Amino acid sequence: MNLKNLSKNLVKFLKLSNQFLIVASLFLSVSIFPAVQVIKPSENSYQDIQEALILAEPGDIIRLSAGVFSLEDSLSLDVAGVQIEGEGMSQTILDFSNQLSGAQGLSVTSNNVTLQDFAIQNAKGDAIKVKGVTNIKFLRVKTEWTNGPSSDNGAYGLYPVESKNVLIDGCVAIGASDAGIYVGQSQNIIVRNSRAEFNVAGIEIENSYFADVYNNVATNNTGGILVFDLPGLPQQGGHHVRVFNNRSVGNNTDNFAPEGNIVGEVPRGTGIIIQANSDVEIFDNEIGDNDTVNIAVVTYGNDTDDQAYYPHPKSVQIHGNKFGPTGYNPDTSKGELAQILFDLSGGNMPDIFWDGLLPFSQLVFGQPENEKMIITNNGDATMLAIKPFGYMLPFLEPAILDITKFDGEITPLEKVEFDETF
Amino acid sequence: MKLSKKISLLITLLICFESQSQNINDYDFENFSNTPKFLSEYGFFKDLKNQIPADDVYPYSLKSALFSDETDKLRFVFVPKGKKVGYVKNKVFVFPIGSVLIKTFAYLNNNGPLEAELLETRLLINTNNGWKAISYVWSEDQTDAKRAIAGATIPTKFVNSSGEIINIRYRAPNQNQCKECHQLKKVMTPIGPKARNMDKLVQYKTGEMNQLVYWAALGWINENLGSSSISNYADLNAVLEDRARAYLDINCGHCHIPGGSADTTGLYLNYTEQGKERIGIYKKPVAAGRASGNLKYSIVPGHPNDSILLYRMKSLDPGIMMPESGRALSDEIGIKLISDWIDKL
Repeated sequence: MNLKNLSKNLVKFLKLSNQFLIVASLFLSVSIFPAVQVIKPSENSYQDIQEALILAEPGDIIRLSAGVFSLEDSLSLDVAGVQIEGEGMSQTILDFSNQLSGAQGLSVTSNNVTLQDFAIQNAKGDAIKVKGVTNIKFLRVKTEWTNGPSSDNGAYGLYPVESKNVLIDGCVAIGASDAGIYVGQSQNIIVRNSRAEFNVAGIEIENSYFADVYNNVATNNTGGILVFDLPGLPQQGGHHVRVFNNRSVGNNTDNFAPEGNIVGEVPRGTGIIIQANSDVEIFDNEIGDNDTVNIAVVTYGNDTDDQAYYPHPKSVQIHGNKFGPTGYNPDTSKGELAQILFDLSGGNMPDIFWDGLLPFSQLVFGQPENEKMIITNNGDATMLAIKPFGYMLPFLEPAILDITKFDGEITPLEKVEFDETF
Repeated sequence: MKLSKKISLLITLLICFESQSQNINDYDFENFSNTPKFLSEYGFFKDLKNQIPADDVYPYSLKSALFSDETDKLRFVFVPKGKKVGYVKNKVFVFPIGSVLIKTFAYLNNNGPLEAELLETRLLINTNNGWKAISYVWSEDQTDAKRAIAGATIPTKFVNSSGEIINIRYRAPNQNQCKECHQLKKVMTPIGPKARNMDKLVQYKTGEMNQLVYWAALGWINENLGSSSISNYADLNAVLEDRARAYLDINCGHCHIPGGSADTTGLYLNYTEQGKERIGIYKKPVAAGRASGNLKYSIVPGHPNDSILLYRMKSLDPGIMMPESGRALSDEIGIKLISDWIDKL
C-alpha cells in the first residue's frame, strides 16, 4: 500500500468515526426524548426544511423559529408521527409569494401528524393539503392570502381530504378562493374555535362522515359554513354533520371564486348551506347580517351520470339558532335559486330557505317520516320552502311560508369523538 | 498503534476494497439499508459518464413516455440472475425483489451547439420493504451524481427539437415527490414498464431487437404474453383516439387513477377507464380553484379551449399546471394532440 492510499483511508476512517458519533448521538436522543430539530429562516430555507421533513424519524419535532421563511418550492411530509411546530401563527411565517413549483404550500401524506403555531402565506395553489391520513391535528395554524379576496388566490387554506380523525382547533383561514377550512371525503372530523374570513366559503364539510363544527366564527366570507355532497367522487353520501355554537355573520363578500367551481354558485350573503347531505343538525348558532339568506337547504342542481349519487338533502334538523337580520341586499346573480327566492318572497327574504326538491315519488306520496326536515325553536325565524308542483302549475300555492309546518321532535345526533392525544 | 485502531483501520480498508469492487451482483438490494451517497458506488455502469451499462444491466425503452421538459431519458433495468419477471395484463411488470430501474435524465443536445448534459439519475430499487426511490443529481463536471434528498434546482439550457436554445429552471424531485406519482393505494410502484407500452425495438450491445422478445430470451418473461399494445402518441399514423389515450395514460394516469394521488378529484385518465364523465367529459371540477381558468368542465367535446384539461396542460403557473410537478415547460406536441382529440370528440 502506498502512502497516498493510506492517507486517503485515514481520512475515510475519520469521516466514518465522525458519522458514527453523529448516528450514536441521534440514537441516544431518540431513545430518551423526541429529537427536536430547530430550523431558522435562511437562504436555504427550502432545502433545510425539506431535508428535515424527509429525514425525520417518527416522534421527531421539526421546530421552525420565528421569522419569515421564503420558499420557492412546495414542502411535503411523508413520515408518520412527526410534529411541525412554529413559534406562533403571527411569528413563524412560511411565505410562498415567490413560489415557482409545486401545487401546495405544504402537503402531508403520513399518519399521526401535528401541525401547530405557524402560518402559510400566499401559496400558489392550496396552502396545506393533507391526503389519505389517519390522525391529523391542525392547532393554531393560519393560512392566508394577504392581498385580500381575489380569484388569483389559491383554492383551499386548510385542506384535509380522504383522511380519518381530523382535528382543526384554533386555526385561522383568510382569503381562499374556494374554502378557507375545507374537509373533504373524510371521516371523524372536529373543527372548533377557528375563524374563517374573506374566503368564498368559510368552512366547508364535503362528502364527509361524522363531523362536529363548533365554536367557530365565519365572517366576511361569501358563504359562512357549507355542508356539501358532490357526485362522482370516491367517497360520497355525506352524513352526520353537527354545526353548533358558531357565529356565521356578515358573510357579504362578493363571490370571487373562479367560474367552474361549485362554490362559484354561492350567492354573496349566505350564512349556512346544506346541500345533498343527510343527518345534519344545525343548532345554537348565531346567524345574521347575511345579505341573501341565513340558511339554505338545497339539492345538487347539476347533471351527473353518477347513478349511485343521491342529490337531495334529508333528515336535516335546525333548532335553537339565533337569527339576525338577513336578505336586505340579496345577491341574485349567482345560481338561479336566489332569484326564485326573491320572486317568491316578494323581496322579503326568509331566514331559512328550502328548495323543496325531492325524488318524484316523494313529491307525490310524501317523504318518509324520518327524512323530513325539522325546524323548531328558532325564535321568530322566517321560512320559505318551494312546493315544486305548486311552483310549476297554475292556481296552486308555490311555497310554504309557515315555519310551524316543520315543527317536530329533535333527535340529537351523537357527538363526534376520537382520541385526540395521538 | 493500538490494537483497536488497527482493527478499525483494517475494517475501513475492507470497506474501501469492497466499494471499489463495484460489482452490481454483490450489492444487497433486497436488504437495501445504507443508501450510497454517489451513483458510482453501485456499479451500474461500465462507463458512468457515457452511460454504458454494466453487463447485467440492460437498456429499455417505452413507446409513449412522460413529458419531462424535453429531457432525453436513458432507461436501464437490472434483474437479479435467474429471477423471473411477472406479467399481469394491463399492469406494470412484477419485477423480482432485488431489481433496480435506473433512469437518467439528460439534455443530449444531439442537434445543437451545446454539449450533452446529464441532469439526474433516479433509481427505483425493489427491496424487501417495497420499492424505494432515490435520486442522484449530476455534478457540474459530470464525473458522478450525488444523492439529493430534497431534490435540486438546476438552472441550465438546452437545444430543443427545432434547434432553439431554451433556458430552464430544471427541478429534480425530492423523495416525497417521487411518491406522489409512484404510489398506488399507498404502495410504491414503477409506472412505465407495462408490456402494452414496451412492444418496440431497442438497441442492445448485440444489435437491435424487440425488447419483449429480448426479455423472453433473457428468461425474464414468457415469449407470448398476449398483451395488447398502445400507440406511440407521437406517431402521426396511429389513430387519434389511441394516441390521445396513450398520452393521457402515461402523463396523467399514474395519479388520475382510482387509488392514485389525484383520485380525490374523481377524474380518471388511465388507459382502461371507460366512463365518459370519469375521463372528464362534461365533468365539473371538484377542487381546482383558480386552476379552472373560469371554465366549467374538464373536457367540452369539440371545444378544446373551453376544456380545463387543456388549460392546465398549457399553464406554467405552479398553482394551475398539470402535472403538478415534473415540468417547467409546456409540452407543445401533447397540447396539439389533446387539442385535436377534444376537437374531434
